[in-house]
Amino acid sequence: MRAEEVSKAGGRSGAFIISARKRKLQRAVQKAGESALLLIASFVAIVVLFIFYFVAVDAVPYFQLRGFSEFFTSSSWYPADEPGEFGALAIIYGSLMVTLGSTLLSVPMGIAAAVCLSDILPFSVRQYAKPVIEMLAAIPSVAFGFFALVIFAPLLQTQGGPILMWAWWVLAAPFLLLAIIVVSDLLTAKIEDQNKRQQLSMVLLAVFGIGALAFLYWVGSVLRGLEIITGTNALNVSIILSFMALPTIVSVSEDALQAVGRELREGSYALGATRAETLVKTILPAASSGILAAVILGVMRALGETMVVWMASGNSSHIPEPWFNYLEAVRTLTATIAGDMGEADQVTGSARYHVLFAMGLLLLVISFFSNLISERIVVRQRKILSGQ
Amino acid sequence: MKPMKHVLLLVTMFAVALCAPAFAAGKSIVLDGSTTVGPIAKSFAAYFMKKYGVKVTVSESGSGNGAKSLINKTCDIASMSRAMKPQELAAARQKGVSPVQHTVALDGIAMVVHPGNPVRTLTKAQIADIYKGRVTNWNQVGGPNSRIVVIQRESNSGTQEAFKELIMGKSAQISKTAETQASNGAIKNRVSSTRSAIGFVGLGFVDRSVKPVAVNGVLPSAASVKSGKYQVSRPLYFYTNGQPAGNVKKFIDLSKTPDGKRMVAELGFVVK
Repeated sequence: MRAEEVSKAGGRSGAFIISARKRKLQRAVQKAGESALLLIASFVAIVVLFIFYFVAVDAVPYFQLRGFSEFFTSSSWYPADEPGEFGALAIIYGSLMVTLGSTLLSVPMGIAAAVCLSDILPFSVRQYAKPVIEMLAAIPSVAFGFFALVIFAPLLQTQGGPILMWAWWVLAAPFLLLAIIVVSDLLTAKIEDQNKRQQLSMVLLAVFGIGALAFLYWVGSVLRGLEIITGTNALNVSIILSFMALPTIVSVSEDALQAVGRELREGSYALGATRAETLVKTILPAASSGILAAVILGVMRALGETMVVWMASGNSSHIPEPWFNYLEAVRTLTATIAGDMGEADQVTGSARYHVLFAMGLLLLVISFFSNLISERIVVRQRKILSGQ
Repeated sequence: MKPMKHVLLLVTMFAVALCAPAFAAGKSIVLDGSTTVGPIAKSFAAYFMKKYGVKVTVSESGSGNGAKSLINKTCDIASMSRAMKPQELAAARQKGVSPVQHTVALDGIAMVVHPGNPVRTLTKAQIADIYKGRVTNWNQVGGPNSRIVVIQRESNSGTQEAFKELIMGKSAQISKTAETQASNGAIKNRVSSTRSAIGFVGLGFVDRSVKPVAVNGVLPSAASVKSGKYQVSRPLYFYTNGQPAGNVKKFIDLSKTPDGKRMVAELGFVVK
């Protein structure tokens, strides 16, 4: 009422004059809104804590029943026997092997693609290329698994050698080419004389190029001679998982590269740096924390994936011979949990049931710590970059 | 008034949508269990729905899961390719469920290899040695010089347990290098596309894409399973909670009708 009078009397808008009651109400609404948001945010955190708690509660009885040593040191996995054997070493190894394989494939490819998208391709191409790459993430994992089992595995068996050879050429050739150009560019960058510099870089390019071709050919012919007995193996799964991790890595690291901004790029060019120097010495270091986050996300995707490995890894719980043989079948933690859960449930309380939770806990701990580490690296990187 | 009408309409639609499955659930039958019994259960279900208008839901998640569902009362019939284990029976008793066994059909477990594999016959001992990892090359059992890719089923599988019991003996361990596939279909798929693979599937799954191997000189067939000459065979079961009644009884008794017997035979299983 008073506000209306004032506005009439003074001819000013009443909206700016707030009564005590109105102010109180406003504050109450604000508090309610804030606490509702806080509730939702803490709910998410609590869900994570609860998952940890409930998995741990069911995992602990396993270690009480059987101790630690068998789980981590034995590779005899016979949970269905009487009495059962629960050596998970080979399974942990399989998980790490598949994750490492897919990381080795997807990280260089993903970062190269991100660099290409952000700094090399013209904007009009990037506009279309990025959504297409991101669409890979929308394909359900069971479709990837089906492809791996029904199409890719038989193909590896019949055409494995030539496929590996071609893949090697297609993947390694551009990398080596890029590496040669960058290396010879960097090696000759210090020479003042323009003519001399060009001549020397040509010579270096030729020498490195012939060496690289010989290397490519030698590895290619070794790969061609390989015979793949079983197509459901660690290699198959690593390749498929790397495709699944790619969109995450490309998309997140491309964002990080974009976030570096024009100023740094133009500053670098203004100092006389070449494009390669700008990329390698300025942009990549500046974006490294974001790229690392992308890599960790990709690794987590590969480690946690279940359907593809369950369908196409072969699921045999042994450590390959020799240990780096990606052409043998392996078994992973996630696939074991998925595959053995059904049978284990009715004998609730047995080691056979709890061992699966122990595996789940192990996966949780691994992803928790790698997230923690990546977080710390990102923070430290940010400090270094901001000059602190 | 108009928006009110719309709201009312929406509410009624939701109510109807919510009630519809509930009405059907009163009459419907839920089956869960073995992937081996799956084809029989599915064709029985289709026949039953057509004849009596009763909805039958069939899930295939392995014999172990079937037993679990029956114990947790989430299915009416558990289809199983092995008999219930003592622990399962104990767990059932604890939850107040009394499983009753009904034999639906007989099934042979066929050892299958790639059609291009020249091996025609294996003895039970040879198969056991292959799965134990003592024989690792086909040339040790009269085949070409090539490593054997051994394929087994996952531990949920009734076929896997029956295989172990019938061929290897209860306490024997299958080699660590054996690969694991999740269903009869997946094994057939892997064997049909892998030249040096050996696997086992229910008799009903054998077709031209894989080659069944004679065991101790006897090829798996309906006749040899029925006569007992083919040694790797077992009965398939439906389990119910207590003696079946009403629609569930009608469903289970299908296997005794001429139509039921015809369906079982058409699927490649053996009528009891």
